[in-house]
Amino acid sequence: MKNLLEHMGIEPGRLHFSWISSAESTKFVEVAKQVTEATLALTSKEKKYMKTKPKVA
Amino acid sequence: MTSYTDKIREISKRLLKEGKVDMVIGFAKGSVPMMHQPMFAGNAGDVDRFAWDGNCGINLANYVTDRKEKIGIVAKGCDARNLAVHIVENKISRDQLYIIGVPCTGMIDRHKITARVPGEIEALVEDEAGKTVTVSGAGFSETFDRADVLQENCALCMHRNPVIYDELIADEVPEQSEKEVDRYAAVRKVEEMSPDEKWAYFEDLLSDCIRCYACRNACPLCYCPTCFVDESKPQWVGKSVDPTDIRIFHFLRAYHCAGRCTDCGACVRSCPMGINVRALTKKLEKDCLENFGWEAGLTTDQRPPLDTFKPDDPEQFIK
Repeated sequence: MKNLLEHMGIEPGRLHFSWISSAESTKFVEVAKQVTEATLALTSKEKKYMKTKPKVA
Repeated sequence: MTSYTDKIREISKRLLKEGKVDMVIGFAKGSVPMMHQPMFAGNAGDVDRFAWDGNCGINLANYVTDRKEKIGIVAKGCDARNLAVHIVENKISRDQLYIIGVPCTGMIDRHKITARVPGEIEALVEDEAGKTVTVSGAGFSETFDRADVLQENCALCMHRNPVIYDELIADEVPEQSEKEVDRYAAVRKVEEMSPDEKWAYFEDLLSDCIRCYACRNACPLCYCPTCFVDESKPQWVGKSVDPTDIRIFHFLRAYHCAGRCTDCGACVRSCPMGINVRALTKKLEKDCLENFGWEAGLTTDQRPPLDTFKPDDPEQFIK
């Protein structure tokens, strides 16, 4: 799934996968921080993921 | 090709007369050139409408899903692989099928030919040796080398002979080897692009999509009673032709075929806008081969990679 999304032009570093046990709160915090940092660094083209207003003829 | 047609008719007639099957599914000429349609023959009188040539590109495995009858089915390499997928996924049982295997030398790409001639095609004739294709219409007649007008997936096909069958109608044709054809050249070209270029590439590729879902309907893998695109509670994906919705539809459609797609090309063939939707499924096929050493539909005794777990499955992407 990651491969195909990135094949279609989603930047590497936007999609993250992680195993976190419910007991691993510290790991969750760490991962959340990493994900936020990584994705914020890619904000340049944020807009392309949003729907445009429908065009009315 | 006439010998193929005769043989198919002969076998079908025999099967129906002997009562071995309740019906035979094969191809018949469509109402317009290059658009052969599936035909269900229920009695020996119908079989003379069966036809075989380079226009039998649709995948007949699509028509056996959940059937209860005993079915004789005409199957080229990819149809047979899709029948194997159906058997593995319990959509039909092997005992219900009598597979009439057809060694195949590739199907003609109707989009390619239509683009190369000046007007509407009224007739298409293949020579007996299978080397050339002549199309004609009002005021023109052109002959092409058959190899130049094959569907892309057929030109890259590695399994031209049926993998499972009960009877072959002709001698097996030589298979192409990895050395002769580079199956994944197109995928690698996209892989080498930057994320922005990839985005633009697919934006352009899918820009013509009108969401008619012909690709889904033609696909033998898409047999869900209600497709995710048709559901409204919950609504998984927007139904508009906004580029975002179109992209989500194509991404998910392709992903549902991961590890199951045999690259039969029915989706591309059916697309009225001529979109090469195989650009997505081919990438998945390549990933499955590289990550799991898997090619779909070659065996009926192994589960596909995405519904099995092996301790050595690649998992570098999980942090």
